[in-house]
Amino acid sequence: MLRSTRRRALPAVAVLGGAAAIALSGCASGGAADGAAQPPESSSASALEGSITVFAAASLKGTFTELADEFEAEHPGLTVELTFAGSSDLVTQIAEGAPADVFASADENNMAKLVDEALIGPDAPVEFATNVLQIAVPPANPQGIETLADLARAGVAVVVCAPQVPCGAAAAAVETAAGVDIAPVSEESSVTDVLGKVTSGEADAGLVYLTDVIAAGDAVRGIAFPESAEAVNVYPIAPVTDGQNPEAALAFIDFVTGAEGRAVLEAAGFGAAP
Amino acid sequence: MTRPIASGRRRDRAYAGVPGWVMGVAAVGAAFVLLPLVAMVTRVNWAEFVPLVTSESSLDALGLSLRTSLTATALCVLLGVPMAVVLARTEFWGQRILRSLVLLPLVLPPVVGGIALLYTFGRRGLLGQGFEALGVTIAFSTTAVVLAQTFVALPFLVLSLEGALRTVGTRYEAVGATLGARPTTVLRRITLPLVVPALLSGAVLSFARALGEFGATLAFAGSLQGVTRTLPLEIYLQRETDPDAAVALSLVLVVVAVVVVAAAHQAGRSGGARLRGSS
Repeated sequence: MLRSTRRRALPAVAVLGGAAAIALSGCASGGAADGAAQPPESSSASALEGSITVFAAASLKGTFTELADEFEAEHPGLTVELTFAGSSDLVTQIAEGAPADVFASADENNMAKLVDEALIGPDAPVEFATNVLQIAVPPANPQGIETLADLARAGVAVVVCAPQVPCGAAAAAVETAAGVDIAPVSEESSVTDVLGKVTSGEADAGLVYLTDVIAAGDAVRGIAFPESAEAVNVYPIAPVTDGQNPEAALAFIDFVTGAEGRAVLEAAGFGAAP
Repeated sequence: MTRPIASGRRRDRAYAGVPGWVMGVAAVGAAFVLLPLVAMVTRVNWAEFVPLVTSESSLDALGLSLRTSLTATALCVLLGVPMAVVLARTEFWGQRILRSLVLLPLVLPPVVGGIALLYTFGRRGLLGQGFEALGVTIAFSTTAVVLAQTFVALPFLVLSLEGALRTVGTRYEAVGATLGARPTTVLRRITLPLVVPALLSGAVLSFARALGEFGATLAFAGSLQGVTRTLPLEIYLQRETDPDAAVALSLVLVVVAVVVVAAAHQAGRSGGARLRGSS
């Protein structure tokens, strides 16, 4: 919604030409041009100042870094401090008193833990993205993997996440849905470790998220499979109740769930919230 | 390594001139180490403790940890003793650099060690390709765990033993040699018996380091129950869903470490006493 305010103001600053247009089109680096283009309507929004601390799941690192830069460019008085780690690590840290204003989780379970601890309001979490599993194989695909069933073949070294972590729970769900029984050579505790085993060529295939495949670029090849629809991971975001800057926290959440957030998340492979 | 070999000179006890402020700072240091352990113990769910640490996955992890750490310690002794002897008793060009390099795993983050091992013994690694051709796959096997543990633990043994060898000096060895003993006899009958306490304490340090190994194992060996998931990896994983189990297993690891260190300390003292008695 902040964005729409800005769009209406565009004609008024059209004289500033290309520089401002670039800044407005989402290039976060144009701080000076952006400041010059500040329309009067958004003065109330830009009153946000100080800093907010955002605790976000490790899989959001690329997108949230980009979004935080854009958000800071829109609110020159505000800094966004980002902390990325596994969702359950972040839950432990927040529960032990780490100062966070916003928590973005990679799954609903971990969000629920903080709701149970009364650190997040029961109705506060908003779903903002989804992620599905893909099969990641080395670019050469030495074992000729094409389907989920291929992962159950003898002699194929498959790495998955352990069932205790969200990506492992999703892997177990797709196995059940497909009636495939994979005997992995390793059950890693994070999706990054799974990807690492595939990119290094140690494993013939791994089950990771679509966003990991996209982020890995040419290092791996992703193979979509229909059963992935059985285990869609939903990402919720919410303000932490005893955060220091609740107004800015809500504005950031609106930004992430709004058009800008959607565009950045989509480019990284995240699906729209259900 | 930091502790000199137990020379057992009881006369040292007479020295009582430790300034009060040194005692004070030392107490703060001790509290800094002990307080987190106490804090952890306060979080243990005692009602569930026994079921938590005797679950199948916990016992698998503990058994694997003990087996791999013992194997790694044996490898450390096998490789580390000759390394320490060469570093302490010979001089050659580039020795200083070589010493710094072989001790590198001490200061290297373990995960970096894991990546380096991957590029050596992995399927596409420097040596791994050759092993692969012979039909031997190291990746994701218990062997990989032992390799990772040996890699990080070896410097502890080399460092303890080399320091002891230098302290002991070469006088007895020289005498033995002039009396006609061959180098191997000198090594077996004079050099090694003199440094038994340091060898023991070095082996214990190596064992403790191997037992706690996490980063290199995670990066290099993977994590599968009963095969590569050692106790630290199990703790890391349990923490995701069951913090009580993670704390309980952490306590088990601490107890095992304390028992091993205490036992070795005892062995080191009696070893030292035997040596003094015989000399």
